[in-house]
Parts: sequence; structure tokens; C-alpha cells
Amino acid sequence: MDEYLLLMRLDILTKEAQPSPEQLEVYMKQYYDWVGGIAAQNKFVGGKGLSTEGKVLKYNNVMTDGPYAEIKESLAGFIIIKARDFDEAVSFARECPILEGEGNTVEVRKVVTEHHNC
Amino acid sequence: MNEGPLIPHLFRTEYRKIVAVLCKRFGFEQIATAEDIASDTFLTAAQTWGLKGIPPNPVAWLYNVAKNKAKNHLQRDQVFANSVAPVLKDQASATDEIDLSPQNINDSQLQMMFAVCHPAIPVEAQIGLSLRILCGFGIDEIANAFLTGKDTINKRLFRAKEKLREAKVHIGWPAPAEMEERLSAVLATIYLLFNEGYYSISQDKTLRRELCFEAMRLCTMLVENEPTNQPAANALLALMCFHASRFDARVNAQGELVLYEAQDTSLWNTDLISKGGYFLHRASSGRQLSRYHLEAGIAYWNTQPADTKEKWEHILQLYNQLLLVAYSPIAALNRTYALSKARGKQVALAAAEKLDLADHHFYHLLLGELYTGIDQANALQHFRRALSLAKTDADRHAIRQRMNGPGATPEV
Repeated sequence: MDEYLLLMRLDILTKEAQPSPEQLEVYMKQYYDWVGGIAAQNKFVGGKGLSTEGKVLKYNNVMTDGPYAEIKESLAGFIIIKARDFDEAVSFARECPILEGEGNTVEVRKVVTEHHNC
Repeated sequence: MNEGPLIPHLFRTEYRKIVAVLCKRFGFEQIATAEDIASDTFLTAAQTWGLKGIPPNPVAWLYNVAKNKAKNHLQRDQVFANSVAPVLKDQASATDEIDLSPQNINDSQLQMMFAVCHPAIPVEAQIGLSLRILCGFGIDEIANAFLTGKDTINKRLFRAKEKLREAKVHIGWPAPAEMEERLSAVLATIYLLFNEGYYSISQDKTLRRELCFEAMRLCTMLVENEPTNQPAANALLALMCFHASRFDARVNAQGELVLYEAQDTSLWNTDLISKGGYFLHRASSGRQLSRYHLEAGIAYWNTQPADTKEKWEHILQLYNQLLLVAYSPIAALNRTYALSKARGKQVALAAAEKLDLADHHFYHLLLGELYTGIDQANALQHFRRALSLAKTDADRHAIRQRMNGPGATPEV
């Protein structure tokens, strides 16, 4: 069983794109149903949501206000899950409710330990 | 009043106080001495009260005798120490007054809680020692609660005390930086102690109830003491109050478990329910959201008998969050049951098929329930599988009840 990082990107900055409090409550429920379903299979390792602030540090001592996004979607949160293989990890990611929104993405990355990297 | 029932009663309430105070005074390495002096005090009481009658203030009498015995011990000890080891550092304090004031009794017991729930010893031993030292249970009662022999318990307690001695466990408050972690170990032990009583297969209903109420008493001491009055402790107390409110309803006159939906709700203890609400409210100060908060939230909704969608939606969301911080097969199964009540059986069946819990009798019980009314043959097959996997008569009884009746939440 390997660990996979699921990076969730969505537009968290554009004012008009932000949900109403009622809509947000629905979204949160959907999110927790999804992540709770993964946890019920004992395949949730950890995860965090991110605030909308951020700083991006670049070469030559350049720092800009973030979060970093070349597109309008920025990193909104991440979870780490356990999965047999990439296919299973992708099948979890496919059910992520943020994918109901156009432009939103979930990136699936396999976690490798330092040990494996050597 | 005759001294017959009085002494066992006082033993239950005062033995632990005397042991805690003396042990704190002597140091944990002298716990056997503290226990001997406390036991000896009750022996003296039994002999004297039998002849002369019960004194006007039995508790004060006990404290006085314990104090004198402790002083004698310290003096003897000091003579020994003076002749054998003349460079004893702590001579002056050896004859100090033994402080059996309410404040010191309380502090000593709380500090003893931290000493006993020390990570140096296994959790089972922590529960055993808690029952003995913090709750004043007899060895045979502890053996009965664990469904094992007195010898096993004696050995377990002896080894645990040895280990605590070796680890030089100190009876005092944990440093502020350590408080959260140490308190969380104490809470975990208290919760296990409660569960031992609530879910025990021991037939002794009185004993089981006492285990539950002892756990609640210990937790109450924590929330009444400033440094340990943390949100998680209040949440745990709320959780236990909510559960305990169904104590009379969940077991029938034959000692059999009554399923949640078949319970007579007039037997639910409304005092405990409102007490639970009070502590849950207190638990919500601060930003901490422990597993006890989530479990107390679920337990709160279970005290609401109306079978509404709102109730199950709340329970589902709480299980979703609980699973993120503390996975357990039972939580996963209960979450799936809540899913079926909030979103329908088809959604729940799809989720249940993904659970890798086919060895668990509750898994098949759940599938049996979910298939009922959809695929009767499949439902029956799962109920039968659940029956063959169940380990206790109580579980088999509950499964048969469910096979015959309408859907009900597993009281787990």
C-alpha cells in the first residue's frame, strides 16, 4: 500500500466565484462525505485545507503575494491517502466533489520516501 | 446502623483517598506500604467498631487511625534509616503531619491519576491499577470485570507497580507543556474504563454500572480542577453522560441487550442527558475538537429518539469527521449505517461494499440490514454469516432480534 497526495486546486480568489454561506455548507458536506468515505476504508492518512493568503518566493530574492497560480485556480487543500496503486488513487480522486466545478483540478502524486529516492 | 454495610461502603470511598495521600507523601516507590497502611486501617476499624460500636464520625476516625499508623511507619523507617544510612536527606519531614485535608485528598487523587495512567505501563494495567487505587475496587471485582482470575490480576497489578517504580514515576502535576499529552492518556484510560462497564459481557449488572459511574466520577474530578478542566475532558464527560442515560433501557430484566430502536425511551435518564448537554456546552469553549467532542456529538443525537433525516445527517457528518481523526471498524460501520438513513440504502450499499471488514460480524449485520427489503435472500445470507462470526451470546441474541425485526442501530 503506497501513499498518494491529492492536490485540490480551485478558484479561491475571484470574488464572484466564491460560494454563498449556504452553498459553502453544501460543498463542505459533499467534501466530508467524500473524504469520510475514504477514511471509512481506513485509507485516509492526513490532510489540511489552506487559507487564501500566501507568499511565493522566487530566485533572486523575489517575493510576491500568492498563492502561486499561473491559472486562476490555486491550491486549496490537500489530503494524503493510502491506495494499492495509481489506479485506485485515481478512482478516489475522481469522486472528489470539487471536480463538479469547471476549471477545478485534483492532481494525484505518489509519495516517495527519501529512502526510496536513493 | 450496624457496621456490616458501612465498612465496605467506606472502604470504597475512603481507601483510595488514604492511599493517594500516603503515596504522595511517601513517594510512589512506597505504594505497597501506603496500601498496607490503608488496608490495616480498615482492619482496625472492623475490629474496634465491632466491639465498641461505630464512632460518631467514622471518616474522621479512619483518617486519624491512618495518620497514626503512617506516623509510626515513618518513625520506624527513620530509626532504620538513621542507623543504616545516617546521611538521609529528608529526615526532618519524616514526622510531619499527614495532610488529610479535602484539598490535599483531592490533589493527591488527581496526581495519582496521572501517575497510574503513565505511558510506561500497558493500558490494561492502567485500567486495573485505576480500579484498585483510584476506585478502591477489590481484586475479585477487578477479576470479575476483566473475566479473568484473581491471580492474573494480582500479577498484572504487581508488574505494573514495579514498572512505575522503575520509571521513577513522580506523584505531582505534569509540567504545563506536558499537560495536554498526559491528560489525553488519562482521558483514554477513563474512556476504556467506562467502555469496560458499558460493553462488558460480564453478567454482573451492578458491577458494570459501577465501572461506568467510577469513570464518570474520575472525569468529574478532572473538570472540577482548574488545570485539567480542558475541553476534551468536558467532552468525554458529556459523552459518558449521554451513553449512561440509556443504562436502564439497554438491558432487559433477563440481562439481555435491548436494541436502540426497541428501547423504552421512558427509561432514558433525562438528568444525565441534560448533564451531558451542560458538559458538551462547556467543551465547546476554545478551538480544540477532540475525538470526544465528535463522539459526544453523535451520542447527543442518539439521545434524540425522533428518527429524522436531520438527525442522521448530523450523525453522518460527525462520523465523517471522527473517521478522519480516529479510524475504527465500528465507526466505519456506523458511518455507513448513518449514510443509509441520511441518503438511502443504495448509496450506503455502494459504500459498504468498499469496506474491507468481511471478518467482522457487525459488517454482515449491517449488510443484512441494508439488503432487507431490497434482496431478501442476500439479507438472510449476511445475517447467517453474522451469526456464525459472532463471539458472544449477547451478540448472537442481538443479531437474531434484528433478523426478526425492523432495522435498528447497532448499540456499539
